[in-house]
Amino acid sequence: MERIAFALFAAIAVGGGLVALFHRSIVHSAFALMGTFLGISGLFVLLGADFLAVVQLLIYVGGILVLILFGLMLTKPDPSERKLRRVLLVLAAVAVPAAILVARIASAARWAAAEGPLPDPKPAAREIGFLFLLKDAYLIPFELAAFLLTVALVGAVFLARQPHPPPPGGEDR
Amino acid sequence: MSLGAYLAVATALFVLGLAMMIARRNLLYVLMGIELILNAANLNFVAFARYAAPAGGEAALRGQVFALIVILLAVAEAAVALAIVLHAYSLFDTVRPEEPDLLRE
Amino acid sequence: MGLLPAPLLAATLLGAPLLVAGGQQGNFVTDLVAKLSPVEIPWPLLVLIGALLGSGFFLLLVFITPYAMLAIWAERKVGGHIQCRIGPKRVGPFGLLQSIADAIKLLVKEDTIPAGADKLLFVFAPALVLASAIAMFAAVPFAPDVWFTDLNLGVFFIVAISSLTTIGVIMAGWSSANKWSLYGAMRMAASVISYEVPLGISLLVPVLVSGTFSLREAALAQEGWGGAAWYLFRDPFVLPAFLLFYTASLAETKRAPFDLPEAESELVAGFHTEYSGMRFSFFFLEEYAAMFVVSAIGALYFLGGWAFPGLTPLVEHLFGRGWIFNAVAIGVFSAKALFLVFVMMWLRWTLPRIRIDQVMTLGYKYLTPLSLACLLGAAAWELYVVPLFGGGG
Repeated sequence: MERIAFALFAAIAVGGGLVALFHRSIVHSAFALMGTFLGISGLFVLLGADFLAVVQLLIYVGGILVLILFGLMLTKPDPSERKLRRVLLVLAAVAVPAAILVARIASAARWAAAEGPLPDPKPAAREIGFLFLLKDAYLIPFELAAFLLTVALVGAVFLARQPHPPPPGGEDR
Repeated sequence: MSLGAYLAVATALFVLGLAMMIARRNLLYVLMGIELILNAANLNFVAFARYAAPAGGEAALRGQVFALIVILLAVAEAAVALAIVLHAYSLFDTVRPEEPDLLRE
Repeated sequence: MGLLPAPLLAATLLGAPLLVAGGQQGNFVTDLVAKLSPVEIPWPLLVLIGALLGSGFFLLLVFITPYAMLAIWAERKVGGHIQCRIGPKRVGPFGLLQSIADAIKLLVKEDTIPAGADKLLFVFAPALVLASAIAMFAAVPFAPDVWFTDLNLGVFFIVAISSLTTIGVIMAGWSSANKWSLYGAMRMAASVISYEVPLGISLLVPVLVSGTFSLREAALAQEGWGGAAWYLFRDPFVLPAFLLFYTASLAETKRAPFDLPEAESELVAGFHTEYSGMRFSFFFLEEYAAMFVVSAIGALYFLGGWAFPGLTPLVEHLFGRGWIFNAVAIGVFSAKALFLVFVMMWLRWTLPRIRIDQVMTLGYKYLTPLSLACLLGAAAWELYVVPLFGGGG
């Protein structure tokens, strides 16, 4: 059961990535990326990270992907941009060293990892909240992240507000 | 499933993301490639945490906490990157990463 | 009918996480199957059956389609009476069968795909939209013991899945190769991104009060003889949070006065201009299913779920928490949720559509800060005021 689910999600994730890399149209690539995000969300569920899986759906599919699509619709794509030769060459140039590296690590490393069927994970949303807020372990990263988000928000608004000729067709957001 | 299977998927996604960043000539492809790479890293964090501490407890959640922070960074990065891309597009009328070359004069 | 496998496939794909996350403890479908079956079914098979029945075709056929037909009929009746008309009256008593006639018409209509359209995405978009509606529906509990998947992240899951609808709408708008469709899709993307923020933050208020994401547990916590346990009356910040949630959910489900994505007077029909037949009906099903789901969240999280002052405690007192109690609970809960759906229809036929810049202003400048203030106030109330009355926070 778990094997089938893993194969399914992994196939969706990697297949979506492949389509995104190779497809001529960038809009198709973005929609293929949705498959990747969904697949990874499913893998998170298999790993017992329910909360993270839902966060992945909410943030990546509902937020970042919509933002990217928004960017796609507001810019002019270049349909002749994809050169199959170049994509294949680059993929080979990246994949071969990665494969060698992985093979070496896999043969050399001794993971202290559990094998076989693992015990069922417990729901973790509450514990993650405690880790972030109550124990002192992750309070500072949490606050820093909040600060970073504020800075990013202000920065994005500032960039978007730079005086530039308004696009034809009236005001945008 | 073993840890290796998850690591293999993560590696594949990382390779695809890196190749996408290098091979495709569009700033939004670069953005998408970065998201893929961050996703691959997240998968690694969660998989390692799950298999290092299968019984649960705080150690098992550390990977998830780290992945959450990575997602947060990805959000900030996407928002700012998109603003930059749109701004560059309105200045140079192109989304190809190699064409804005004002500093080369 | 060649495209029917597509939504099924998508629904099963979406159902797979549900299966893993919710199937471990089983649901009422698995219980029912186990009870009815003469031979003992092995547990993994049972979980599979339950998940398939709970997340896919079964749900669509038994719950969503009849409800949507009734809701469409009600929408037209309500609209008719608000405008001093009668509404549909020819087909069946009170025109009740009008929706069935419409459905048959849509089923036998030719499925057209525009010549310039992107075929793959054009076909996939309605399936994605419908599948996300099914997945949202599957996470709603109807009574203490009647639910498909009791996710411990229930409401969070629903909000996350609803973002898939957005992607589906953008896909539909882009692949139609039609300017109006694309405009509708862009408006959808813009308004959903902006309104997801106040929606999520105002939903955090009852989450904070109840301490759980699970809709079922939140509803269980609101039972009692009077309505005093309803979260709506718990502190002065929940009522504004409810109003904010309801307003934002109107935008999320693209209902008037925020129905800019399909504004008839500007964009023909918005993102589904080019769709006809079955695929068009998928968008309709999704809209009505989403209306029900957000209304159900409102009823479960703010309006006491299946508790009704005097009625449900009496039934529990007389008959215990057996199937009679569950049946009454389903009735009370459905009545509350359908009332909220009715209010949505009422608003649609009463309010004029607002402009897109007004939508953005309302979302960013008013709803978001107000919902943040509500969350802050509710948190402060739980911290400082509840201990004064000796309540556990």
